Amino acid sequence: MQQLGSPAPQSRDRTDQRAELLLGALASAVLVLIAFMIVFVFTKAWPSFAHNGLAWFGPGGNVDEQLTNIFNSPADPNDYVYTLHAWPLLYATALITGVSVLLATVISLLSAMFIVEFAPDPMKRVLQPVIRLLAAVPSVVYGLIGILVLVPFVGNHVVTEPQKESVRYVIQLDGTSVIVGVLVLTVMITPIMVAIVTDALRSVPRHWTEGAAALGVNRWRALRTVGLRAARPAIVAAAVLATARALGEAIMLSMVSGSIGFAPNPLDGVTFFFEPARTLAATVVDNSEGLSVKPFGQTVYAFAAVLLVSSAFLSFAGWAARRSMRKYTLQAR
Amino acid sequence: MDALSPLPPPVRRILPEGPPTVAPVPPAANGHAPHPQNGRPTRRMPRAETTAVERMRTEALSIAYGQKLAVNEVSLSVRQGEVLALIGPSGCGKTTLLRSLNRLVDLTPAAARGGRILLDGEDVDSFDVTHLRRRVGMLFQQPNPFPMSIFDNVAYGLRERGSKKPSKRALEPAVLEALQRAGLWEEVKDNLDHPALALSGGQQQRLCIARSLAVRPEVLLLDEPCSALDPISTQVIEETIVSLRNEIAIVIVTHNLQQAQRVADHVAFMYLGDLIEYGEAAQVFGAPVAERTREYVSGGFG
Amino acid sequence: MSTRTQLPAPPPASPPAPMRPLPTESSWSLGDKIGVAAAWGAGILLCLIAGAIVAYMLIRGIQYLDLSLLSTHPEVGLDQSKTGGFLDPIEGTILLTIIGTAIATPLGVGIAVWLSEYGRPSWLARAVESCVEIVAGTPSIVLAIFGLLVFQQSFFGFLSFTAEGNAVFGRSFFTAGAIMSLIALPLVVGATREALQAIPSHVREASYALGKDRIATIRRVLLPASRRGIGTGVTLGMGRIVGDTAIVVVLLGASLQIQPENGAPVWGLLKGTGSTLTTYVYNNSPAGEGNAPEKAYAAAFVLLIIVIFLNFAVDLIARGKESAWTR
Repeated sequence: MQQLGSPAPQSRDRTDQRAELLLGALASAVLVLIAFMIVFVFTKAWPSFAHNGLAWFGPGGNVDEQLTNIFNSPADPNDYVYTLHAWPLLYATALITGVSVLLATVISLLSAMFIVEFAPDPMKRVLQPVIRLLAAVPSVVYGLIGILVLVPFVGNHVVTEPQKESVRYVIQLDGTSVIVGVLVLTVMITPIMVAIVTDALRSVPRHWTEGAAALGVNRWRALRTVGLRAARPAIVAAAVLATARALGEAIMLSMVSGSIGFAPNPLDGVTFFFEPARTLAATVVDNSEGLSVKPFGQTVYAFAAVLLVSSAFLSFAGWAARRSMRKYTLQAR
Repeated sequence: MDALSPLPPPVRRILPEGPPTVAPVPPAANGHAPHPQNGRPTRRMPRAETTAVERMRTEALSIAYGQKLAVNEVSLSVRQGEVLALIGPSGCGKTTLLRSLNRLVDLTPAAARGGRILLDGEDVDSFDVTHLRRRVGMLFQQPNPFPMSIFDNVAYGLRERGSKKPSKRALEPAVLEALQRAGLWEEVKDNLDHPALALSGGQQQRLCIARSLAVRPEVLLLDEPCSALDPISTQVIEETIVSLRNEIAIVIVTHNLQQAQRVADHVAFMYLGDLIEYGEAAQVFGAPVAERTREYVSGGFG
Repeated sequence: MSTRTQLPAPPPASPPAPMRPLPTESSWSLGDKIGVAAAWGAGILLCLIAGAIVAYMLIRGIQYLDLSLLSTHPEVGLDQSKTGGFLDPIEGTILLTIIGTAIATPLGVGIAVWLSEYGRPSWLARAVESCVEIVAGTPSIVLAIFGLLVFQQSFFGFLSFTAEGNAVFGRSFFTAGAIMSLIALPLVVGATREALQAIPSHVREASYALGKDRIATIRRVLLPASRRGIGTGVTLGMGRIVGDTAIVVVLLGASLQIQPENGAPVWGLLKGTGSTLTTYVYNNSPAGEGNAPEKAYAAAFVLLIIVIFLNFAVDLIARGKESAWTR
């Protein structure tokens, strides 16, 4: 916000004051909205946490069965079923989000370096609309391609019979899997990061790049050591943005990563990647019809509350990380 | 003179040969104050005494940006054991010439080069540009330490050149030596891990000198290194430059004629891309051959 | 005429051997070369993926899209040849976009103007900025179920269908549009603020010097000058609204066709339920109930075209953005 010049004193008439009040009220409406959202969601979610305590976050039993039981609670409020151990969902969320952001960071750093330094001019001109296009495709279209192309491919051609056999009594491997979810999610969040990192690399002060060149360091090394270092705050910001997007992605993942609240087992070896999983956001979407049943609705709101807290925590972590980097940037002068 | 039409007051000219119009500066505490004679400061640095050995030369070097010719067929020689000063008014091509010596002009897309540059008899285009730049170092006008610690800055050139990354232990002697040669060691020896950007301007510039020295260049190019610094830092850096003179061939571009008179052994005067005069400092400042040189050196334009 | 002195005679000593022998190995280590190759690979990979998506959707779209699909109503049925097209979903998308943009634009511009031109007290301004960022970072599914929670209160019964027993349905074009505006809001606010801040302060000062107060300056001078920026933000917001599925799934009811509530024509329409292209694609995919991948492809192709067109429009609007003030 800026205070740009002050109006001539005698013109501070009532129209201006009224306008300021009106606009201020409008702006505060957003404040009120967010406050309401936080309060409402947490109030609705509280009973689910209260009845389960910390075990809410832990493992134990089949999440889908528990959800069905909650949905089928008897009508008497005293007999509402709340038992839930959401660990498989939390684990799936952390797994899919974490791996996607990691992959996306690597790919976007490499692409950004390519765009800024090594790409020949025609490729630079092509890559800009490419990135915009990838960012603009709606998630349902990504989901459609995933479920109609990648999932059958994985289910029929990549997963082998022995692998399917090995987990037959626990889960069915039909192609909706962690790996498809991770791959498509990575493609979805990479464009966001590439745009931010490219901007940051382009605005590395020229005297640093010239200084590195004058020391006889080749282009790749100079970019990697000085450029990326100078762009670190932007990289963190991009990663935070990408993680927030990944956390909130519900539709595509519900189409592609599986509709079973299953916690993939790393001890299964390679088969681990082909097991289905369902994140918190996807679970909310899948169960959005039953919200009118009180305990069920409260459980779903509990999922939303966890998502809200995670995004808030992410923003804070990103802000703290960027602050600690400030001493190495030009602002230190 | 007609009393009815008053003439405008004459423009005041300060004649170079006249008596000083500014009171002389009292001697500084270290006894190295200039003693003005005839309005011009005398050298306070001793002149080079060893026979200079030629390390680089340019032969009819021309550089053009697009259609505009920035440097026009300049031939000069850079010798170890002496300081070469490139002087001239703004836009005369001296910085462009300097930046061509380590092929930094190649980073500008529109630049074109003609003629030859030789380093120890080898054409500069015949080997890898990163090798050239390790042998010919450069210091910039604005100090530009990297956003890292002091140690990492000085060790940067040594680390980023080859597949094996030397350990910090192995780099310590080289960093120590570079910082000592740059005259910065005493001030930072306890703070090597502090961010380099927290240093003062003069210290940052000396850090940049240390950074360049760490890779052991044979030639050092300085692009107006003191123009952004206060007089004390300037003095320290000038002393450093002169102390390095015997091991490294030094070329300094400067706007400041007094600085050139203080540090230079050889001087090249450029004007609008042409090399007007090139010779020993005493001769160029004391008895310039070209008319243009005389005008510039006496402050007639600039 | 300039005189040029000759190069002085070379000194008698012969040039010394170089301090170091000329290096034979390249300055590019193996790790460096792998890095550059990886960078090339990443760039090419992105191009290939984008190309594959476009090509695949083009092929499937042309294969399955039939212009009659754009103009027939969808029906529920098992026989694919009788399930009609997706006219209603298209109408639903358009309607939702209009509602969402109509709410987000004045709200967003107002907030941006307040933040940029007034912004007092400063703690409030910082809080509002953070809240806009929170809205931007909240997943649309969370916004959707929050919206459901709010609009199912009886206070908001007028916005949607109320069943017997006073259970407010809470799902209608109104409610979905209201929450859709939230996902477009941060984009409008951001773009408008950028446009306002790009106007140099001497313009404002000139206006004040002429005796105009702040609001008049904003209305007459600043907002017209920011038109392009606002246009960019609004178009970006429209792109997000068109592509969103989660909010529609939760807040628009599950009817395939647009089903207005009884009442005045427009009001009833807004209180009613329907579907959009995004939910149509979702429902016709194997993840939903329909099992009509051909229809899904066709609708997805249309959706993609709309989104690409909107992006192209953003470029067109932004390209004329050279500020007249900086000439």
